[in-house]
Amino acid sequence: MSKVLSLTLLATLWPALAWAHTEQGRAEGLVAGLHHPISGLDHVLAMVSVGMWGAQLGAPAVWLLPVTFPMVMAFGGMLGLMGVRLPGVEVGIAVSGIILGLAVLLEWRPAVRVSAVVVGFFAIFHGHAHGSELPAGASGLHYSIGFVVATGTLHAIGIGIGVIHRWGWGRVVLRVAGGLVAAAGAFFLWRAFA
Amino acid sequence: MSGRAVRLVVAAVVLWPTTSHAHLVSTGLGPFYDGVSHFVFTPEDFLPALALALLAGQRGSRAGRLALFALPPAWLVGGLLGQAVATIDSAPVLTTVSLLVLGGLVAAEARLRPEWITALASIVGLLHGYLNGAAMTQARLGILGLVGIVATLFVVVALVAARVVTIRASWARIAVRVAGSWIVAIGLLLLGWYVRPA
Repeated sequence: MSKVLSLTLLATLWPALAWAHTEQGRAEGLVAGLHHPISGLDHVLAMVSVGMWGAQLGAPAVWLLPVTFPMVMAFGGMLGLMGVRLPGVEVGIAVSGIILGLAVLLEWRPAVRVSAVVVGFFAIFHGHAHGSELPAGASGLHYSIGFVVATGTLHAIGIGIGVIHRWGWGRVVLRVAGGLVAAAGAFFLWRAFA
Repeated sequence: MSGRAVRLVVAAVVLWPTTSHAHLVSTGLGPFYDGVSHFVFTPEDFLPALALALLAGQRGSRAGRLALFALPPAWLVGGLLGQAVATIDSAPVLTTVSLLVLGGLVAAEARLRPEWITALASIVGLLHGYLNGAAMTQARLGILGLVGIVATLFVVVALVAARVVTIRASWARIAVRVAGSWIVAIGLLLLGWYVRPA
């Protein structure tokens, strides 16, 4: 009986071809990349705020800010990956929540270039944090794709929320949301120093 | 033969890999469809082709047509060269540079002349095709796998470039530029990934 069972197993499991290492780590990398930007509330609030602020400012900031943030954030991520040290990353992330939240709360309308510089400056801290915390063994390209898509989606959500800015009540709700983001940023700053 | 001996033989046979195919998708449907799936599931090739199609579409129908009839043939020629002489089947630097340059041009909505886009398509096609050809040879997929890649490439470029050419809404044109910026961002992260300390 044992021989019959063994021979049956042999016939069933005989590997005509072994597809070793096919696409190894790719799905893992993509999922890790998608998950990373949404894994921390400080990141999520800042990225959604960028979209909301862009929606308040209107064209061209509404697309310039979400274009600026991922690119500069990716640059920060690159620095993090390369092991370049950046002081005060957690503080920078927390302050980004405060500043971006206040910008939405106060409907701050600087020149487009200034808003792009503000967003880009803080994007470096967010990107560096992500770049320094990459999981080992995942596919670099797939991680990067997931990472950028998740970030861009958070901006799109922010822009989507910002659509309510066209109504009077919506402007108030948006400003309140900005205030909440700023308060959360203050909490994260306190925690960074605690 | 004792039961233990039989089990040992079974274990040896089951675990013995007769062929090892590294880094390629196997559909089980033959080399043509392996080539199709390789292109679709390999962002190293798909993203530069997508960026080029977006760029060509941004510059209008003539640029789109030129790219459509320059990129796939160049990819095929590069693939045949790769199958004949290639010694490497991946070049991270090429992927990174392709993403940064092509994504950057899309994000900036660069006003390139159609001839320049044709030249870019030819260069991208030759280089990426060359690497594909080498990979196809290693995977023993032969020319049919390469044809699968090129056929899929043709369809993707035709659909994407044609769609972008017909875009009139300003928000949709901005969405194309945003896609370009995402491709640049991916390229930057990839650059960091490759040069990071071990």
